[in-house]
Amino acid sequence: MSSEALLQKIAANISRPVRFMEVCGTHTVSIFRAGIRQLLPENVELVSGPGCPVCVTPNDYMDRAIAYGQQKDVIVATFGDMLKVPGTTQDLNTVRDNGGAIEIVYSPLDALQTAILNPDKKVVFLGVGFETTAPLSAAVIKTAREKNIKNFFVLSAHKRTSVIMRALLADPQVHVDGFLLPGHVCVITGGAPFSFVSQEYKIPTVIAGFEPLEILSAIYLLSRQVKNGTPLLENAYKSVVHRGGNEHAQKMIGEVFDDVTVNWRGFGAVEKSGLAINDAYAEFDAEKMVAVEPEKSRENPGCRCGEVLRGLIKPPQCPLFKKVCSPEKPSGACMVSIEGTCHAWYKYGQGKYAYGK
Amino acid sequence: MEEKYITLAHGAGGAKSQELVEQVMLPAFDNEFLRQMHDGARLNLDSGKIAMSTDTYVVQPLFFAGGNIGKLAVCGTVNDLAMTGAVPKYLSVGMVLEAGLPIDDLKEITKTMRKAADEAGVFLVTGDTKVVGKGSCDGIFINTAGVGELIAGADISPLNVKEDMDIIVSGTLGDHAATIMSKRHSLELPADLKSDCAPLNHLVKKLLTAVPQIAVLRDATRGGVAAVLNEIASQAKVGILLEEESLPITPAVRGFCEILGFEPLNLANEGKFVLFVPPQYTEKILSILHADEYGKNACKIGTTNAISRGEVAMRTPVGGVRIVDMPAGEQIPRIC
Repeated sequence: MSSEALLQKIAANISRPVRFMEVCGTHTVSIFRAGIRQLLPENVELVSGPGCPVCVTPNDYMDRAIAYGQQKDVIVATFGDMLKVPGTTQDLNTVRDNGGAIEIVYSPLDALQTAILNPDKKVVFLGVGFETTAPLSAAVIKTAREKNIKNFFVLSAHKRTSVIMRALLADPQVHVDGFLLPGHVCVITGGAPFSFVSQEYKIPTVIAGFEPLEILSAIYLLSRQVKNGTPLLENAYKSVVHRGGNEHAQKMIGEVFDDVTVNWRGFGAVEKSGLAINDAYAEFDAEKMVAVEPEKSRENPGCRCGEVLRGLIKPPQCPLFKKVCSPEKPSGACMVSIEGTCHAWYKYGQGKYAYGK
Repeated sequence: MEEKYITLAHGAGGAKSQELVEQVMLPAFDNEFLRQMHDGARLNLDSGKIAMSTDTYVVQPLFFAGGNIGKLAVCGTVNDLAMTGAVPKYLSVGMVLEAGLPIDDLKEITKTMRKAADEAGVFLVTGDTKVVGKGSCDGIFINTAGVGELIAGADISPLNVKEDMDIIVSGTLGDHAATIMSKRHSLELPADLKSDCAPLNHLVKKLLTAVPQIAVLRDATRGGVAAVLNEIASQAKVGILLEEESLPITPAVRGFCEILGFEPLNLANEGKFVLFVPPQYTEKILSILHADEYGKNACKIGTTNAISRGEVAMRTPVGGVRIVDMPAGEQIPRIC
């Protein structure tokens, strides 16, 4: 179907104001890049949820990473996104400017390579991401064991998307009429971890791809569920997402990680939402093996990332947005990551369009 | 020369400095003006109105597919002069060399500079070399400055841009930055990806002579087309609307951007310019561009308007519109 046809059908299906939420940063960016928000009928609102892994990483994690960066015997290996994420008083970029060994990597394997090349240093990889990147960290930890590498550690901030959706729905303030489920996460997990949304909460759900037309198709399927009053778990990304997900990757996660309670920016502590390295692989757990004294963490009181992440406010409603908080000098994590909601609003249009539809 | 590497002695002003000039610089750059061998060069210019420009090059890696730092240094200043509506004539060259730079590399760089100068029809008429200790610079830094004669009749200024003009780019976007960054990050380079670094002055002269109504030209170097368009939109106080589907981007650059999350419009080019012209001249401009090696992939990418003054936006393939903002400073450091 063409985009025009999909938009007409969405308009025909929706007779009351609805809010659909995407819980994946790649969806957020794709929606903004394609200008989908302003194409949709006025009564269809898209809001972003906790789908950007950098954004939901709390200050205490960053403070620990920053403290590692300041240690002479440690190299911090990280995805580039993390450099500008503010901790309580500084960020990794500043640490690097002041001589800290911070290395940007494109894959956890690069970090392992760094460890091999620098046997006299401890290499701490910042393992950030949802079910999509957790298997990679798990695989590298297993490789490190096979290769008997003693100076490689992971500081895990890996998290589970499905668990945070449950926390989100338990919040009476949050109101969502349908979810675009994260296609990449579902490639790993399959649809099952998300089936509670339509079954227990009676909210429509569709697993969505990332091309503009795939997103519009998924929104159309949501609108059809809304119209029919039959909440389901539909898969609009069938070419990539298989029913059971990737069982091998799930097994890797299970082998290396335990489900534990962790902090999320905007949500606080959420039971069984995080992935911590388990006892069998404890020798690679930076938290257990590499001692450090981070500064005492506190959140920036003016920053409203927490409410943005729950879809309660839009970025321009935050008093810092564009005034003191910009991609060059972000106050909160949602402005740092390319996938952050605030960054997308800032970069692609801030919700104002002069050209109409 | 006996040595294989630059040493601090090459910058001390004595015999070693002279040897460097006589055995590396002079043979590469030789021309009647440089041969005066005085403190400065005495030059001839016919027209009363001249343009002048300068730029400094600190790129890493020094050598890349499609060129090296020397070619960039010559083409960069030649193109800056061309964009002001001038015919470039004479260039100066200042070099800061790091002790330890292989002399063969320096020879390769100077040879390329001469070749680019010959193609552009400019003379490298005066120069200077300094050597700094290891670690004080990154192999070699090059400054070039140049003068050129303004083309009669042409009037290049962002303030000439009005609403309802067409916006044309001279070719594919992002090739230079993608080449440099791929090499820097040790990514495997698709065989057809190389820097577009080239002297554009002959092409620009053809265009300005045939169509003096061209409102403004600007080469899309650091910050890419996005930066150029944002500057012009804000200086001329016009709105700009691009059509995403008409952007000329090679599959190699598109793939590169998708993998690393870059925006093709933000990527630096070293052989491309953006041109604003009243729409009745668009066809003529495109036919001149298409007949030239450096303009063969040129196309119209958008128009100016009075709707959203000062802002650059882009219509996407599904029909939405998004803002194209000024690229944030440091995401892609040091590529030219």
